[in-house]
Amino acid sequence: MPADGGIGASTKRREDVRFLTGNGNYTDDINANGQAYVYFLRSEMAHAKINGIDTSDAEKMDGVIRIFTGEDFVEVGGVPCGWEVTDRFGNAMQEPRHPILAHGKARHVGDPICAIVAETLEQARDAAEAIELDLEELPAVIDMKSALAKDSPKVHDELESNLCYDWGFVEENRDAVDEAIKNAHHVTTLELRNNRLIANPMEPRVAIGMFDRTTDEHTLYTTSQNPHVIRLLMGAFVLGIPEHKLRVISPDVGGGFGTKIFHYAEEAFCTFAAKAVNRPVKWTCSRSEAFVSDAHGRDHVTKIELAMDKDGNFLALRTDTHANMGAYLSTFAPSVPTWLHGTLMAGNYKTPLIYVNVKAVFTNTVPVDAYRGAGRPEASFQLERVIDKAAHEMGIDPIELRRQNFITEFPYATPVAVEYDTGDYNATMDKMIEIADLAGFEKRAAESADNGKLRGIGVNCYIEACGIAPSNLVGQLGARAGLYESATVRVNATGSISVMTGSHSHGQGHETAFPQVIADMLGIDASQVDIVHGDTSKVPMGMGTYGSRSLAVGGSAMVRATEKIINKAKKIAAHLLEASEGDIELKDGQFTVAGTDKSVAWGDVTLAAYVPHNYPLEDLEPGLEETAFYDPANFTYPSGAYACEVEVDPETGKVTIERFSAADDFGNIVNPMIVDGQVHGGIGQGIGQALLEQAVYDDDGQLISGSYMDYAMPRADDVPFYTVDHSCQTPCTHNPLGVKGCGEAGAIGSPPAVVNAVVDALRRAGQDITHIDMPLTPSRVWQAMQS
Amino acid sequence: MTQVTMTVNGKAVSGEAEGRTLLSQFLRDGLGLTGTHVGCDTSQCGACSVHVNGKLVKSCTMFAIEADGAEVSTVEGEADEDGTLSTIQQAFQEHHGLQCGFCTPGMVMATKSLLAENPKPTEAEIRAYLSGNICRCTGYHNIVKAIMAASGQDVSAIAAE
Repeated sequence: MPADGGIGASTKRREDVRFLTGNGNYTDDINANGQAYVYFLRSEMAHAKINGIDTSDAEKMDGVIRIFTGEDFVEVGGVPCGWEVTDRFGNAMQEPRHPILAHGKARHVGDPICAIVAETLEQARDAAEAIELDLEELPAVIDMKSALAKDSPKVHDELESNLCYDWGFVEENRDAVDEAIKNAHHVTTLELRNNRLIANPMEPRVAIGMFDRTTDEHTLYTTSQNPHVIRLLMGAFVLGIPEHKLRVISPDVGGGFGTKIFHYAEEAFCTFAAKAVNRPVKWTCSRSEAFVSDAHGRDHVTKIELAMDKDGNFLALRTDTHANMGAYLSTFAPSVPTWLHGTLMAGNYKTPLIYVNVKAVFTNTVPVDAYRGAGRPEASFQLERVIDKAAHEMGIDPIELRRQNFITEFPYATPVAVEYDTGDYNATMDKMIEIADLAGFEKRAAESADNGKLRGIGVNCYIEACGIAPSNLVGQLGARAGLYESATVRVNATGSISVMTGSHSHGQGHETAFPQVIADMLGIDASQVDIVHGDTSKVPMGMGTYGSRSLAVGGSAMVRATEKIINKAKKIAAHLLEASEGDIELKDGQFTVAGTDKSVAWGDVTLAAYVPHNYPLEDLEPGLEETAFYDPANFTYPSGAYACEVEVDPETGKVTIERFSAADDFGNIVNPMIVDGQVHGGIGQGIGQALLEQAVYDDDGQLISGSYMDYAMPRADDVPFYTVDHSCQTPCTHNPLGVKGCGEAGAIGSPPAVVNAVVDALRRAGQDITHIDMPLTPSRVWQAMQS
Repeated sequence: MTQVTMTVNGKAVSGEAEGRTLLSQFLRDGLGLTGTHVGCDTSQCGACSVHVNGKLVKSCTMFAIEADGAEVSTVEGEADEDGTLSTIQQAFQEHHGLQCGFCTPGMVMATKSLLAENPKPTEAEIRAYLSGNICRCTGYHNIVKAIMAASGQDVSAIAAE
């Protein structure tokens, strides 16, 4: 491994300097000359008919520039959904209109009804208090199963019901799965809930809209993981602005975790209003507002059945899930419980028959969409929980039950439509057993017992599909976008390089890791390479960062563009060296003629490209800049084995995480330090889901856990040091770097490990407990122990 | 509007503030010191942590006029004039104690305060001290490790990297 640069080095992050000194440039740090501020007056009711809005007093208040209501957006497109799911009967999902500002009805607490644009934020807020809303409260639809009852009130009156779709996968397997389950030696059944979460990146969302009347150009600064996607969705489907008149910039972004993928109404509003009032318009979301306006995550209610023969071989798997969509369809919402969930139900196992049924349901809650892992954590959690229960019921060691059902030959086509290219699940299991020191568990358990604590251990595996995604495949599955990535490598005359990438860094360290790749390919110092991202006017096109795709897809585009650069540079070098192009080799930043001592330096070649006095002009254009688009041939399939050790206090039910170990296979690794950090962060969020976090709605649709006072974010004293390892590497076979992606693994692999550990601790104490729903709060664990 | 005067990072500054203007707002909007971040509105996240008269304060819990005449330090004052990072800042970079960077200014200021009070804190003491600062990216592993390293403790035995 190189010491301090190139692929495989734990290069320290260059972006840290500006973040550590307070010089980051986040969207809220940006202020436009003459900017006005917008405050959104949001519905305090979950479901209400809007009978009237009286803004007359508010309009007269100091500083008020204009007050907008849903009426102002009747002629404007609604917030679009980027994925159409076809139900199991061949029909398109039910897709309601999502207006920029509520019109006719408000459908969740937090649904924006009015937007007050004023000289200052305080004046806008003061004016909001003077608006008289005549709202008629309607019965709220909150519980998913009740929402599907025939007599349920409807979230959208124009739709037939609250059912978005009833999806079956693989529908042709339905009868065979039913039959296999009916005839199996043993069927383990588990009902569980994957708790509703709020992503909570520490930077709240911000949008600043600007309009230049002299050029007719709109600019939107926004806290997005994918500014080009926002440009496409908002320009084409909401406001009707062509791409060349719309620039979207996402500067430093303070974390995303999925919730900053989506196109939000506030972005469209600020862009629209900047033209309407002829002023830049800025919106900064407060945290309280974020709780009721950022898309939430997870919220599945599932029944899973695993059929086995007498030896514990998996025969069939059947799942029945209700997935909450919330009040409107957020950008990728329909894909999460379907194509990002059903396709992963094989997990690491050779279960021959699988059937997944998902009913997506509208409720009077905030829209639900992708959150770190997006569908894959939901798949992994139910599968690894049911296997743990099955092991207990069958009297087989949980590790051995997994091993005996592992897929061991690759490529492997699962019965749920995906083909795993590589993996070695026994290797990661072995590594996990080693780093978790499973051999020492009993001793530690005895020590815990001496201290009056119950110790338990939970293990699990995971697999995920990353590097999203082959465009032709996702197109068939309903995606309304391609999922390639682009990169432009611009070599300057003196040899330094600017790389324009469509990937977006909001904590992942692209500014450090991406130059490692390019520098490695060219044999130059990484300090010669800078990454440019997050601006549609600088980067040709981009699908952004999510689904652990940046290196696997964006990095591959960079590699392809750099290969083109090398090809052209070799032609120039061959001319300068008066040699045949085929004899030119590039090593350590020098072009040499094979078998001779003739060479020319990288910088001399790049200079020749821009000062082409001695240059093959008849055959080659001057300049050295190349663009590549990379569309992956398949998903990538990171996998791993995790172990969690907990102590449960039998007096209080409080769970503490004593040890957490993760053995991952991410294929090749560019920057191990950054990969470790990604896994740490994912585990932290997974522990948060397992022990602490839950978005709770009451029956009236009020979000009870609507601030950090009530929504328990993991803090430093809730988690231990983690032991992580990624030395098991089966490189991806279909991208040039052999990388798989590491951003979501921790959040996918950790919740089942924690829950398996707590159940194990209670079982060892003689309790007949098979499951506790997340989050495993002290009161839930204590109550389970009393029952 | 009231005229507020204070010393920020060693420089005398003044500006206008309403009675309801928070110190965090005054620093960001009034003085353009945008290193101090606002991550919540209930004084829970700690991203806006600064020092007021040497004491760690969440600047969203204080009105600007309450800081009239005070000595305020923010993250912008932590590195040397020539840009050399402080020991704490260097440790955060060396041990990858930050990802998106949004909570980082608060973490740096909290660490400075912790190490002033307790120059060699244990892991448990660090974790307890940081309970007022939320990070969503790092799972805290490398933050705790960086703070131990900044306090001169050997962190080579701590797993990972």
